[in-house]
Amino acid sequence: MPLEFEKPIEELEAKIAELEGFATSSGVDLSGELQVLRERLAQLKSETFGNLSRWERVQLARAPGRPTTLDVIGGIMSEFVELYGDRTYGEDPAVVGGLARFEGTSVVVVGHQKGRDTKENIRRNFAMPHPEGYRKAMRMMDLADRFGRPFIAFIDTPGAYPGVSAEERGQAWVIAQSIQRMARLRVPAIAIILGEGGSGGALAIGVGNRVLILENAWYSVISPESCAAILWRDAKEAAKAAEALKLSAPDLLSLGIVDRIIPEPSGGAHRDPATTLSNIKQALQATLAELAGLGPEQLFEDRYRRFRGLGRYQV
Amino acid sequence: MALERLFRRRRAQGEARDIPELWVKCPKCDAQIYKKDLETNLHVCPKCEHHLRLSADKRIAMLADAGSFEQITGLKPTDPLGFVDTEPYPKRLERYQKEAGRPDAIVGGRCTIGGIESVLLVMDYAFAGGSMGSVVGEEITRGIELAAQENRAVVIVSVSGGARMQEAALSLMQMAKTTLALDRLWAQKLPYISILTDPTTGGVTASFAAIADVILAEPGALIGFAGPRVIKQTIRQDLPEGFQRSEFLLKHGMVDQVVDRRRLKETVARILKLLHPRTVNHAG
Ligand SMILES: [Zn+2]
Repeated sequence: MPLEFEKPIEELEAKIAELEGFATSSGVDLSGELQVLRERLAQLKSETFGNLSRWERVQLARAPGRPTTLDVIGGIMSEFVELYGDRTYGEDPAVVGGLARFEGTSVVVVGHQKGRDTKENIRRNFAMPHPEGYRKAMRMMDLADRFGRPFIAFIDTPGAYPGVSAEERGQAWVIAQSIQRMARLRVPAIAIILGEGGSGGALAIGVGNRVLILENAWYSVISPESCAAILWRDAKEAAKAAEALKLSAPDLLSLGIVDRIIPEPSGGAHRDPATTLSNIKQALQATLAELAGLGPEQLFEDRYRRFRGLGRYQV
Repeated sequence: MALERLFRRRRAQGEARDIPELWVKCPKCDAQIYKKDLETNLHVCPKCEHHLRLSADKRIAMLADAGSFEQITGLKPTDPLGFVDTEPYPKRLERYQKEAGRPDAIVGGRCTIGGIESVLLVMDYAFAGGSMGSVVGEEITRGIELAAQENRAVVIVSVSGGARMQEAALSLMQMAKTTLALDRLWAQKLPYISILTDPTTGGVTASFAAIADVILAEPGALIGFAGPRVIKQTIRQDLPEGFQRSEFLLKHGMVDQVVDRRRLKETVARILKLLHPRTVNHAG
C-alpha cells in the first residue's frame, strides 16, 4: 500500500506501464507521449522526494517493505547463526542476535526485529522488546567482548514495550544495564539506525563508537504521536511534533548525535532494498576500517568521549 | 488538639484565610495536619504515614550534615532545537525558573553525610516535573566526575517525569552520558546510592537511577519506565493495585529497601560508612 504522498507517483507509474503495454500489444507508436509522461514522473519524484518533511520521513521509516534487521543481516553478511534466549526468563522475538561473518570478519550482531507481515509483527510485538530482549542483547555484548569480535547493533523500534509484565521484570533496569554494558565494550561497536529509533528502547543498543543512520530513519526521546498527545493534547498533531523534535537524520548529524548518514534510494529504502543494503554494507565497511587501528582501551575511551560531549547548556 | 479546634471554629465563622499558612491536607487520608507538625515529621503524614512531596532544598537539609553543603550546580538551559509547541521552549523555561527558583531541575553539591565526604545531587520536581534535559544530565555527570576526583561517595535523589521532550534526542543522550560517568566512580570503588522518590519514571529510571550500588525507595512512590497512563492505553486494561509503587518494586526485586523518610538519613549514612573505602579500617 502506497504512503499518502506516494500516491500521485504510483498513479503516474501505473499509467505509464499501461500505456507501454498498449503500445507493445497494439504496435501503435506512443513514444512521444511516453517521453512526456516519463519526464513528468521524474519531475514529480524529485519534487516529492527531494523536499520530504520530517513527518514524511517518519512514514518512510515505517513503510512496509523497508529492510528489517534480519533482511540486512541476510543481505550483507554470511554464515549467520542466530542465538536465542536470555538465559534468565525467556526468548524475546522483538530482538534478534547472533554470530555472522561480514566481509571476512566474524562479528556479533543484534537488532530490533519488526515483522514483515501482520502475523510476524504480532509475534515480534512490533519490535517493542521486553526485558528479555535487552538481556539477550547484553549476552551478545558479552560474547563480542570475550572473543574480541566487532559488535554491530541495528536499531529499529518504536520503543521498549510499555506493559505490566515488562515493568514487573524491570524494563528500566535492563535498559540502564544495557546502556552500561554496551559502553563497556572493549571491541569496536557500531550502531545503525535502520528505521525507528524510539527513545530508551533504542538507545539501549545504541552506545556505539559510531552511530550511523539511514537517510529517512528517525531517532528521538519520544515518538511524534506521543509527543503531540502530550504537548498539543492531540496525537493527530504528530506532523508538527516531528518538525519540533528535529528527529531526522540531517538534524541528528548537525547535533552530533549520529556520525554518518547512509543514503537511501530515491523515494526511500523500501522502493529499492538492494541498493539500500549495498549502501549499508559500504558504510559499515568504512566505519569498521575507521576503528580498526584502536586497541581495546582506546575503543572504550573513544566511546566514552563521544557520549560525554553530548548536550547543550550555558555556563 | 487545641489548634485544630481553633481552626474548626474559625472556619465555621468563615475565616478560612489561615488555612494555607497553618494547615495542610494530606492528599491520601484527607487529614488536616498542622504545618509545623508536618515539617518536623519531614512531610510524612502523622496519621497515615503518606510521604508528601518534598522540595529539593528540604531534601538537602534532611540528608546533608548540618552546615556541610556547598553547592556546585548552576548551569543554565538553552533552546538547542528552537522548540515550539503551544509556546516556545524559552518561555516555558522562564516560567519553570520562576516557579522553582533555580535554573533547571537539579541542585547538588559537596557535603558530608554522617561524616562521609559525598556529592549529593537532588532533582527538583518543581521545575518541569523534574524532567531531564542537557542541564540535568551534565550536572549529574559533573557531580559524579567530581566525586571520582575527590574520592567522594555519590547520593542522587531522583524525582522525574522522564526526559525533557523539548531537547528531544539531546535529552535521550543524557541517559547514556550519566550512565557512562558512573564507570569513573566505580573504577575507584566509591559508593553510589540512588534514592527513588515519587515519581521516578522514564529516562531517569532507565539510566543512572537504576544502576546504583544500593537503590532505596521511599514508601508509596511511583517508579517505573513507562507511565501508568501509557501502559493503560497500550494494554487497554486496568492496572493491578499498587502497580509500579515502591513496594511492588521491592517484591519484584528491583530495589534494595523501601525506607521511611524519617529513617532515610541514618540508612544512607550507615551504607556509606560500610562501603566507603576510607572507612574500611575504622570498624568497631
Ligand atoms: Zn495522611
